[in-house]
Amino acid sequence: MSSSPTILEMRSITKEFPGVKALSDVSLTVKAGEIHAICGENGAGKSTLMKVLSGVYPFGTYEGDIVFQGNEVRFRDIRSSEQTGIVIIHQELALIPELSITENIFLGNEPGRGGVIDWKDAKKRAIELLARVGLKDDPDSLIKNIGVGKQQLVEIAKALNKSVKLLILDEPTAALNENDSQHLLDLIRGLKSKGIASIMISHKLNEIEQVADSITIIRDGRSIETLNVKEDGVNEDRIIRGMVGRDLESRFPEHTPKIGEVFFEVRNWTVQHPLISDRLVCKDESLFVRRGEIVGIAGLMGAGRTELAMSIFGRSYGTYVSGTIIKDGKEIVLKNAGDAIDHGLAYVSEDRKVLGLNLLDDIKRSTVSAKLKKISKRDVVDEVKEYEISDAYRKSLRIKTPTVNEGVGKLSGGNQQKVVLAKWMFTDPDLLILDEPTRGIDVGAKFEIYGIIQKLADEGKGVIVISSELPELLGISDRIYTVFEGAITNDIPAAEADPETLMKSMTSAKKKVLS
Amino acid sequence: MTQITEAPKKSGGIRDLGKMFGSGSGAKQLGILGALVVIIIIFQVWTGGLTLTPGNLIALVSQYSYILILAIGMVMVIIAGHIDLSVGSVAAFSGIVVASLMQNFNVPWPVAIVLGLVVGALIGAWQGFWVAYVGVPAFIVTLAGMLIFRGGNQFIGNANSVAVPKEFQFIGAGYLPEIGPDTGYNNLTLLLGIVVIVAIVWREFSARRTQAEMGSDMAPLWVSLIKIAGLVIVTGYATYLFSSGRVGTSFPISGIILGVLVLLYSFVTRNTIFGRHIYAVGGNSHAAELSGVNSRRVNFFVMMNMSVLASLAGMIFVARSTASGPQDGLNWELDAIAAVFIGGAAVAGGVGTVTGSIIGGLVMAVLNNGLQLVGVPSDRVQIIKGLVLLAAVAIDVWNKSQGRPSITGFLTRKRTGGAVAVETPPVPRVQDDTNALEPTVGASETNRPSSVTPNN
Ligand SMILES: Nc1ncnc2c1ncn2[C@@H]1O[C@H](COP(=O)(O)OP(=O)(O)OP(=O)(O)O)[C@@H](O)[C@H]1O
Ligand SMILES: [Mg+2]
Repeated sequence: MSSSPTILEMRSITKEFPGVKALSDVSLTVKAGEIHAICGENGAGKSTLMKVLSGVYPFGTYEGDIVFQGNEVRFRDIRSSEQTGIVIIHQELALIPELSITENIFLGNEPGRGGVIDWKDAKKRAIELLARVGLKDDPDSLIKNIGVGKQQLVEIAKALNKSVKLLILDEPTAALNENDSQHLLDLIRGLKSKGIASIMISHKLNEIEQVADSITIIRDGRSIETLNVKEDGVNEDRIIRGMVGRDLESRFPEHTPKIGEVFFEVRNWTVQHPLISDRLVCKDESLFVRRGEIVGIAGLMGAGRTELAMSIFGRSYGTYVSGTIIKDGKEIVLKNAGDAIDHGLAYVSEDRKVLGLNLLDDIKRSTVSAKLKKISKRDVVDEVKEYEISDAYRKSLRIKTPTVNEGVGKLSGGNQQKVVLAKWMFTDPDLLILDEPTRGIDVGAKFEIYGIIQKLADEGKGVIVISSELPELLGISDRIYTVFEGAITNDIPAAEADPETLMKSMTSAKKKVLS
Repeated sequence: MTQITEAPKKSGGIRDLGKMFGSGSGAKQLGILGALVVIIIIFQVWTGGLTLTPGNLIALVSQYSYILILAIGMVMVIIAGHIDLSVGSVAAFSGIVVASLMQNFNVPWPVAIVLGLVVGALIGAWQGFWVAYVGVPAFIVTLAGMLIFRGGNQFIGNANSVAVPKEFQFIGAGYLPEIGPDTGYNNLTLLLGIVVIVAIVWREFSARRTQAEMGSDMAPLWVSLIKIAGLVIVTGYATYLFSSGRVGTSFPISGIILGVLVLLYSFVTRNTIFGRHIYAVGGNSHAAELSGVNSRRVNFFVMMNMSVLASLAGMIFVARSTASGPQDGLNWELDAIAAVFIGGAAVAGGVGTVTGSIIGGLVMAVLNNGLQLVGVPSDRVQIIKGLVLLAAVAIDVWNKSQGRPSITGFLTRKRTGGAVAVETPPVPRVQDDTNALEPTVGASETNRPSSVTPNN
């Protein structure tokens, strides 16, 4: 075994929520200066363990000991863990969009005297910190005006300002494209060379294989094993075996597409930016979907994929300028999401917290919420049907919860995503648009979701999948559109596509002549 | 896959009792109901038995029914994420319009009532328009409405009172009439009591049947029986009191109007598509819109409905006080809003129930009435009411942060003790990836009390 000393030891951590034992007797040992990955299925307890460590769940609400740098620690709240040098970065960032980068970095930690902030000093330090994370933006720019990738870096700068010794990153790359992810991973490696240890949770196993020194696998709230990446020769398949307890033969289910006629078409679609009226987010674009076809949309973060999809889905983004939608040979006009649903469209948003779910609601009500009419008689909701249907989805999607009466706010991230999927499958759409459908979802569940997508296609429906993960797009799609700056730049049968050609079309405005 | 421990088996009795009114918000209502019972008992002792007398109960119902009617509309407004400050003024305005119509234009009283409701609908449409279609915050729109319609009342009535005819007074000061053989009690009130008791028993068993069908975790039979027994005893006793009042008095007509409205609106908010949409819009309006909910229409109708109910409340009040005056409805909005929050609604919307608000309103009513009975001067009554509101909501917030359902949690905290030391954590300061207890719709919505309890 390696000789480096341990920086953190969590011993026999047990954490219960009413009715759910999220962690039982979990142990975790992190060595000084290493990158330690935590892997496990959705709802395995990864986030909960990190929240115990960072004081989100204070001492006394869990059982077990935490030893940090040789001392037993008992955190009252996040502040006290930060003072010790443990900083957590949650997946959904805790930055304030209306404030500048500098203001965010020093939020709650403002330099100055007697309550008066020394902005000059703050800015100087902000510039230093930004340099350390490799961000060249103006420290005065507002958070809302920089991309998610950069926001993630600002979070790390904020952590560095708190003189972090152990950095916890909960699914840091889930919302990032490949470039930004790579940059982030490099940065974490850089921190490691400066002696800062990191704990990283991720469902992107290739990244883990790439950067992690050790991996702890959690299954059903128990720590299963800790692997040493170099010594044990760990690869993705090995991690998966630990996570699900068996081998996964392939990442994508076998599938022979049954592709029919073109049934859905968007012609000359032009959409304005919602605020800036002379900016077009979509310029005279056209696309089509055949029955039984799974169409991928590839593009970089911010290329306008989501905007395109949402504007098709009942003009839910931007201002409609011109263009027509034709379904089954007839033009349809979709003025709002309700129209779109009535015409058999469904859109699974990439942002489940803001656009996908009402977190105050319970699972069963959320499941049926996009098409209440389907289980209502004269506008009165049939609660028995509601229960039966949502319970059936709970079983088929394997949503980890005691009952469907639980609030969706209590579910783990991946399980919330499954509820969103159930919600839209319930609307029984002809065209299902999935925007990053597997974000935050574990490998096993991904396989299941791919299977569901293929089944829907085989039933003669059309599916559009937007994804930042090219292997996923290549694995599941029959045909792929590439999008660059709001324009469709290419249309490639998946069989002929590879990451390089896709990448080329995703990064250049040159339009191939589309048939 | 995460080990799911069986909560009910673990803690037994107390937890099962909590399921008496269903899970989640049901337990919360049980808590408020418990508080109401405690307050009634306190005053019953303190007033030397004056609280639970036929005369006082009858007065209580006719005196507060209009506030409770407002609370019904207000909880829907608050669930949708708004507030209505204009209800008192709207009530006063409709009251004076109706009174003038009857006195100056000899409009028959049934027509006048309909016209009063139409006036309410028009006012509501006006306010709903600004809120839903222009996007002016309801706080501002109804603050303006508060001034406009108060002024309107005084303009129409020349700042004087306008009397209303005898027949009209029936809706505010009327009682179930004496019919049938002389039993020494009011027969119609007895009949009403029996109907309610039958309905309670039937409902409980049909609810059990549905639960069994759904295979959801059901409270054991004994809990249902206790619940039925409790409700039947309470209803029976109330029936006895209401029917044995002074001759000529019995259960007030305004109480019947209230009862019908409570049933109707509980059903609408719980079981209809429109009701679901109110919760959806209040909980996360972006997600609601993407799910095909027309949030503008929901906001419009919720505001409009509030003003219609305010008009009805105004008419009942005018009928009771035999004239419409310039000070009618003063501060009603405050009582209605307090009732809703004591009843467990959340300031930022998405959470609340009609029954909860009614119980909350009754807490305020009994408190008011009891303090008056024992002769506490009105200045101190106000101070006490203010403190009670603050305490009720503070306990609620604190309990949520401890992961316990409201006041029940508070009451059962000691008893469950160490055996169930399972607690949900305090709401994390930061937004987190998986289990944020609050939606993160916008930075401006930071004042939402954490809501672990789903609305029901
Ligand atoms: N506040 C809570 N109340 C009740 N149960 C909870 C709460 N928070 C988490 N849980 C439960 O604890 C379990 C573990 O959740 P956790 O968020 O740690 O999973 P995870 O491993 O991070 O999953 P994912 O990969 O989906 O993010 C889940 O079953 C979840 O439903
Ligand atoms: Mg998680």
